[in-house]
This record gives sequence, structure tokens and C-alpha cells, in this order.
Amino acid sequence: MKHVKGRAAVLLASVASVALIATAASAQTLKIAVPTFLTGGSAPAFGIPAKNGVELILKGINEGTLPAPYNSVGLAGRKAEPLFYDEMGGGTKQVTELRNKAQKEKVDMIVGYISSGTCAAVARVAEEVKLLTIMTVCGTPRVFEELVKEPKYVFRTVAHGTGNNTGAAHYAAKMLKDELKDGYIGLNQNYAWGQDSWRDFNLAMGEIAPDVKPAKKQQFPKLFSGQYGSEISALLRAKQKVVHSSFWGGDLEAFLAQGTARGLFKRKTFIFTVGETVAYRLGKKFPSGQLVGTRGPYGIYAVGIDTPLNNWFQKNYREIYKEPPSQPSYQYAQGVLAAKYAYDKAMKDNGGKFPTTDQVIAALRGATFTSIAGTVEMALSHGHQAITEDRWGLTAYDEEKGELVVKDVLVLGAKCVNPPDGVESVPWLKGGMKGAKCG
Amino acid sequence: MTKYMDRTTWALTIGLVLLIVVNFFVPEWFRSILLLSLARGSVALGLLVLWRCGLISFGHALFYGFGAYTVALIVKYLGITDAFFTIACGVVVAGGLAWMLGFLLRRYRGIFFALLNLAFSMILYGVLAKLESLGSTDGISLERTTFLWYAPEGAANKFALFIFAAILTWGVALAVHHYLRSTLGYMTTAVRENEIRLEFLGYSAERAIHVKYTISGLVGGFGGAIAAMTIGHVDPDSMAYWPISGDFVFIAILSGTGNVGAPFIGALIYELIRTYAFDQFPEIWQLIMGGTLLLIVMFLPNGLWSLVDRWSKRRTGRDRLEAEREKA
Amino acid sequence: MDSQLLVIILIDGLVYASYLFMVSVGLTVICGVQKILNVTHGALYAFGAYLTATLLIVYFEAGWPQFGAFFVMLVSAIFLGIVLGVIIERGLLKHLYHEDEHIVVLATFAAFLVLEDVLLLIWGTDAYIAAEPLMLLGQTDIAELPFDNYSLSMVLLSAVVCVILWYGLRRTTFGKMLLAVIYDRELSQAMGINVTKVFLLTFIVGSFLGALGGAYQAPAISVQPGIGVEVIVLAFAVVVIGGMGSIPGALIGSLVVGIARAAAVHMEPVLELFVIYMIMAFVLIVRPQGLFAPAKPRKI
Repeated sequence: MKHVKGRAAVLLASVASVALIATAASAQTLKIAVPTFLTGGSAPAFGIPAKNGVELILKGINEGTLPAPYNSVGLAGRKAEPLFYDEMGGGTKQVTELRNKAQKEKVDMIVGYISSGTCAAVARVAEEVKLLTIMTVCGTPRVFEELVKEPKYVFRTVAHGTGNNTGAAHYAAKMLKDELKDGYIGLNQNYAWGQDSWRDFNLAMGEIAPDVKPAKKQQFPKLFSGQYGSEISALLRAKQKVVHSSFWGGDLEAFLAQGTARGLFKRKTFIFTVGETVAYRLGKKFPSGQLVGTRGPYGIYAVGIDTPLNNWFQKNYREIYKEPPSQPSYQYAQGVLAAKYAYDKAMKDNGGKFPTTDQVIAALRGATFTSIAGTVEMALSHGHQAITEDRWGLTAYDEEKGELVVKDVLVLGAKCVNPPDGVESVPWLKGGMKGAKCG
Repeated sequence: MTKYMDRTTWALTIGLVLLIVVNFFVPEWFRSILLLSLARGSVALGLLVLWRCGLISFGHALFYGFGAYTVALIVKYLGITDAFFTIACGVVVAGGLAWMLGFLLRRYRGIFFALLNLAFSMILYGVLAKLESLGSTDGISLERTTFLWYAPEGAANKFALFIFAAILTWGVALAVHHYLRSTLGYMTTAVRENEIRLEFLGYSAERAIHVKYTISGLVGGFGGAIAAMTIGHVDPDSMAYWPISGDFVFIAILSGTGNVGAPFIGALIYELIRTYAFDQFPEIWQLIMGGTLLLIVMFLPNGLWSLVDRWSKRRTGRDRLEAEREKA
Repeated sequence: MDSQLLVIILIDGLVYASYLFMVSVGLTVICGVQKILNVTHGALYAFGAYLTATLLIVYFEAGWPQFGAFFVMLVSAIFLGIVLGVIIERGLLKHLYHEDEHIVVLATFAAFLVLEDVLLLIWGTDAYIAAEPLMLLGQTDIAELPFDNYSLSMVLLSAVVCVILWYGLRRTTFGKMLLAVIYDRELSQAMGINVTKVFLLTFIVGSFLGALGGAYQAPAISVQPGIGVEVIVLAFAVVVIGGMGSIPGALIGSLVVGIARAAAVHMEPVLELFVIYMIMAFVLIVRPQGLFAPAKPRKI
């Protein structure tokens, strides 16, 4: 009887202490709102891997198990709690949600955004409500070149889309000389991202390989059309052997299946600027000898980069999610790391006290920090826009590993594919890419 | 005098005063929700006007989008951010479009009418998504709204916009209310009941519908213009895609057609349900929205306003007499 | 324009037209008979695609005879047509036939939203890829270009569906009953036709056709969230162009759009996005009731 009573007391005491710790912890927890596609066509290729990446890196941060230099617990000592929500539904809904998160739920920051359309819609509002917003995947240069020219609260920790297409042009000009003899042609979805990607690639090619001419007419099928029979016929008839395409997600998967059934990839070499997002899921079915891009050292290009952080990320991700981490996993995790870097540094600058948002922003502005498999420089747009190196290579299936890999990889320096600070991307491309430092 | 000061007028005016008072106390996020409710409620009000003659449009995002994009394009290309000017343009352009389409659409009834509207809204969507000069799918961001010489910044801007929008919406709702009570207004109910008999009485059903359609377009454009200023950004997916039209019909059904104030209450409830579902069930919020709509359709097909009607019918005979006189 | 290009435009156009016809015929049937614009059609398409894709993945892993894959598609579509058709018609629409037709459309819109999330709850956010049947049938060279036989077989399937529908409507008793119901619901009821039963059967057939569209598309696409929404827009467009509820209209509408789209892709690709809207606008202005709208009696 006494024994039982004793146990009950212990139980009560422990319940009470757990409750105490819980309340203490919640007051000390940072709330990070994470918009990502939980439903809709962008969920499988982008939204879910992105969510996984955040979950994993936050687990490491909260437990303090990340390798150096991120081996301290929490962000400036505080544990962080992610608040995932859906990026579906267009700009209006996302603007409303951002306000809700900032003013109703009082989150400390937003880390996320996949679609360029969403980033364009929310950029000004984030500044208006003064919420630290770290954009992680979206690629449109318009965010800082047109919408928020003097940013304070908005950051983007990945390079914008221009750098990626410039990198593709460098690779093609150097490694695909034979294929380019008859010029190149474009196949891009008919919306802002597709139109911008083609414009950037075409401008970069004009500078890097002025002798090579584009086809007279490019293909611009509707987004999510899913049926590419006529486009495949048109490409098969075209004499150009190199095809530039910013297809992604389900459209890309459908196109690959339909193209393979008609032998398209035996006759053409494609440059899939965001092809990596589907590469792992297709595995052997992904045609080999095609270029895929990740806009930096992420996903398939990070495999084999031997840093403690990358090894940790690769190993744990594969263990938990039973698949290799892809580009969005890396990019979202990188956004969280940027926040950790900024909070930790701001605390150090603040004499060990927990920093204010302004101090965190000051710490991140213009910073150079170590990311999972490479270095990120917040070099453009007053230190709010990141540049990173870019990597390009050809797909091949590794029978031994049982997974898709890249070969003939070319690493292009961050300063080679991105404009210098203060220069906008399109004028930079049109003006002959002045200031580019290619090694 | 009594003609212009009926109960609805009083209720709307009290509502306006309440809104303006509330404006001083609400947190910013809730002010945005209220503003959006005014905007979407206006479009639903446009649907209500049509509904009075038994017509419904599955493409009212067409006018919403036209109003919103007119404002955005004026800001982008003319650099004019004045709320009075842009909103007037948005309303006129959307109304003009409705007037033109009216010549074609007034010949159709029922599902044909509903679908033709959908078709036109999809054409607008296609054009907006394609043309880079219209912002393509990324859309257009607006500069901060100004009010004649007054250009508030930060939270004060939304504060001012709210009062501006509330007063205008009040005016719009009143105008629609008095229109519906006029002879021409009543004719529409006759269109719904039996159009051919109406024509035998010497009225043109088509003309009545045309006028209603134009009004509904004007009001829809007004809603779109307010929405554009509230959000500060327009893009085809949130302004012109067909599920947006579905939202408007949702709000209209939720509200019921009993009163011009109902769509605004319906829009607010809709926004609140959506916000809550989005927060609590991020993966199945659509299911909650769809489920709510199903319940309404099955059990409250005349909308929430039918609850008010039911309640008022229980009251004393004198009140009922008055209510009936008002209805008639 | 050379003759090779002409042939290719024709083939590409036919393939796309048969895709359009297959995704819109179910909607057309229900629209024609029940005067309902059935938004759940998009969900049926998605369910068809999902069920087929998952079954095909299992089927091919088990190594069963390859041509059985087509049987799997048919069975999934029949299964879904009956199960979902009965649930939606008996559980929802039956209670709403006396309501305004707009209310019915809205109810199907609501049911569509619910079904979309049910899909997510069953299959998650993963994409399913089951492209084996696409590779299975091999290629045929036409006008010096390789075409995959699977796409070409879709033309055949559309033709078969067309013939069966035509025969069913014009040559069977049920078809004649159906035509009577289409013309006047109340009168046919008075003459002893069980309209309730006719409606249920029509809805099942329409749902089956919707699911079949998805099932047959499954190998050619990546089956993932959101595919239903896209299909609804296309199917609406075809129904508007063809005349609401007219099967020959849907056929001709699909052909016109399909060939115009193929011509655009080959000759002026920037117009591709607009083709379907332009045709729709043109038809709406010139013949707003659609190409093949049935005559409508005026009731006093």
C-alpha cells in the first residue's frame, strides 16, 4: 500500500515537473511557419521532400546532434517548432495566411515558399507586417529586382533562376559542342517560370556561344496539360538536338513517360533545369545522358560531397524517409540553417543574450555561412539574396547502388553564373555578363 | 421618407457604424479578413441580384478579376494609386464588360447561362496567365493605396482602406437594396416565376435581365477592386480561376437571397471557416469546406438568412404584417 | 506546308481529340440526360487514374501476363462507376432533384472538394507512375516519325465508346426511354417510365466513363493530386463547344479542338494555350447553344 502511494507521489511529481518544463519550454520556443505544398500537383516533387528536410534539420537542431559548426542546441539556445501549412490556392490566400501567421499566431519567422508566384505575391506584405521571411526555393529574380528593392525582412537563401540557366548555358557550350551544331530549341510551360527560364537561357547562350542559334519557334505548352503527343512530334521533327526545358513535377514525369515511349531521348539531349526533383522517384526510368539541374550543390549533386553536415543529412534522411534527399529537402533545410546561423551569431554579437529580430536580420544580411554541402553567400540585393556555386552533369543509372547518379559534372563558381551586386539579372545577361568571374 | 428608411436600411447603417467602431479595436489580421469579406460579399451580392431572376453565374470571377486587374494595371502603367480613381475605373470597366456580354447572355437561362459565364471567365484566365505585360501567372503587385492627398503608411493604410471600403460597400448595398424594391427590381422575380407571362404583360424579360447582369458586373468589379487593394497583389489563380467563382456561389448559397446584408455576413463566416480549417487541418481543409457546403445545400438550401426569416416569422402578428408589407 | 506535316498534324490531332473525348464523354452523358453539370466528374477521373495506377504497379510487380493490364483498367473503371456512382447519386443527388439545377451543380462541386481530399487520405500526396502499358504496345512509324501505339489505341477506344453509346441510345429500349426522359421528364414519368431508375443507371454509366478516362490515361501521366481539376476545365470546354449534353457535339468538338491544337503546336506554338478558348469564344458568339444543342421546347 505504502509502495503504491509512493509510486503515485512520484508519478504526480513527474507529471507536475513535465508540465512545468512544457510551459517553460513553450515560452522559450521559436515558432517557424513553413509554407509548402501539402496538396496539389507540386506536393510530391516539392512540397513533401521540403517538409521532410525541415523536420529532419529541426530535429537535429533541437537535439543538438548536428555536426559543427551547428552543434549547439536550438536557435540562439531556443528550440524551434515548425508550423507547416499549405501553399496551395494562389496569391490571395497566401497573403492572407502570411498575415494570419504574423499577427494572429505571432510566429517568429517564415521559412519556405516554393512557387515564384507566391514569393512575388507575399514579398511586399512580409515587409509591411515586419516578419522575417526566408524564401527557400522560388526562383524569380523579380522578388528583389522589382518588388522589394530595399528589403529588410525578406531574404532568399538560394540563388535565383538566372544563375541556374546561365550555368546550363556554360555547360552546354563546353560539353555539348557536337549536339549543338544544329542549334537548340525550348520546351517550357506557358507561365511565368517557364517564360523566364527560357528567356534567361536564351540570353546566356547568346553571350556564351553566339554562333549557336535557337530554333525559330519554341514550344510553350499549357501548365499541367499532361498530354504532350503533339509537342513530342514537333520536337522529333525539329533538327535541333539540344532541348532546354524547365518542366517540373507531374508534367515532367508525364513528358518523360510519353517521350520514352516514342524514343525521344535517344535522339535529343535535354537540359532539365529542375529535373532532379523527379529523378530519384523515377530511378531507372529516368532517361540517361540528360542534363539535370538543382541550382546549387543540392540533392543528386550533393551525393558524395564529403562534409560532416552533408554526411549527417544524407544518412539520416535516407534512414527516416527511405529515399535520398532531393533538391527541395536541401533548400528548405538550408533556409532553417540560415536562421540558426543568424540567431546564433546575433546572440554572440549581443553578448550572449537572446537577440532581437533586428539583430538577427543584421547578422544574416551579407553573411557567408556554411550550408549542408556548400557555402552560401548573401551577396546580392543589399545582402538579402544568396548566390551559390552551380553544378551540372549528365544522368546515368548506377546499377550497383541501385540509384540514379550524375556524371561528367562541371562545377561553376557562384561569381561565374550570378550577376555582381547591384546589377539586375536580365540587363546583366543582355550586357554581356560583365563582371563574371569564371575560373 | 419611409420608403427610403426601411428596416434593411437601418440595419445596414447600424452595420456600417459597428464596422467603423470595430475598426479601431481589431487586430490587423482580422481587419484583412473583414476587408476581404466586404470584397467577396460584394461579388456575392452581385450574384444575389441575378439570383432574384432565377439566374446564377458560375463565372463571376470574371468581373472580380476585371475589377482587380483594372486597379492593378492603372497602378502599374499609369502610376495612379488613388483609391477613388482606381475603384471607379474598376467598377466602370467591369460594368462595361457586363453590359457588352449582356447582349449575348440575356438570351440564356438556367444552366446554359451559368456555364457561358464560366466559359468567359476561363477565357479571361487564359489571357491573364499568358500575357507577360499583364504579369503572367506571377501577377502584379500594387503600390500602396492613396486617398486623394492622404497617403498613410503601414497599418494606418489598411485602417483608412477599411473605412473607405466600408462606406462604399454600404452605399453599394443600399443602392442595390432600393433597386430591388423598385418596379424594375420586382420584375425580376416575375422572370423567375414565369417569363412568358411577363412578356405578355408587355415587359421585356431580356431587358430586365440585361440590367440586372450589368448591375451584377458593376458590383463584382467593385469587389475585385477592393480585394486588389486589400491584398496588394493580383494573380490569375486567385482572381480568375474557376474555383474562385465557385467560392462566390458558395458564399451566395451560404448567405441566402433574403437580404442584401446577408452576403457580407456569409462572406465573413466563409472566411472564418476557411481560416480555421486551414490552421487546424492543413491537409484536409478542402474536405471541411466541401463538407460545410454539402450540409448547407442539404439542410439549409435557402442559406443562413432563412434562419433569420424563420425567427422573424415566429414573432407577433403585427410584426409579421409589417414584415410582409416590406417583402411585398 | 508539306504533306508529311499534314499527316502528322492529323495524327496528333486525332490522338488529342480522343483524349478530350474520353475525358468529356461521361460528363456529356450525365449533362444530356439529367441536366446536371456534374463536377464530381473530375474526381471520378482522378479516382480512375489512382486506382488503376496502384493496381498496375502491383500487377506488374507480380509478373502476371502483360496484356491483362487492360483488363485491370476496365475492371477498376466499372468498379468505381458502380460504387461511387451509386454513392453520389443515391446519397446526394437523389435528394436534390426537386431543387434548382444550380443547387445541384453546387452540391456536386462540394462533393468534388470532399472527394479530392478523400483521394489524399487514401493515396497520400505521392505520385504514382505505372508507365508499363505505354511501353508494352511498342511503336509505329507514320510519316517517318515514331508514334507509340498506346496513344493510337486511344483513338480506337474512343471510336468503340462512340459506337456503343450510339447503339445503346438509338437501338435499345433503355436508350429510347432515355431519349423520352431527356425530352420531357414529367411526361415520361406519366407514361410509366421509372425515371428514378433511369437516372441512377445514367449516372453510373457517366461515372464509369469518367473513371475509364482516368484509368486509360493513368499509364501516360504521373498520377498525383490535382489531376481532377485540370480535367474538369477541359471537359467543360468540350461540353460548351459541343452543345450541352450532345454526344455527337462532344465528338465533333473534341475533333475540332484536337486538330486545331495540333496545328498550333506545329505551326505557331504560342497559340497553343489559346486554341481551346478561342474555339470556345467563337462557338459562343456564333452559335451559343453549342454546335449540336438539342432543340428546347418552350413551356408556357
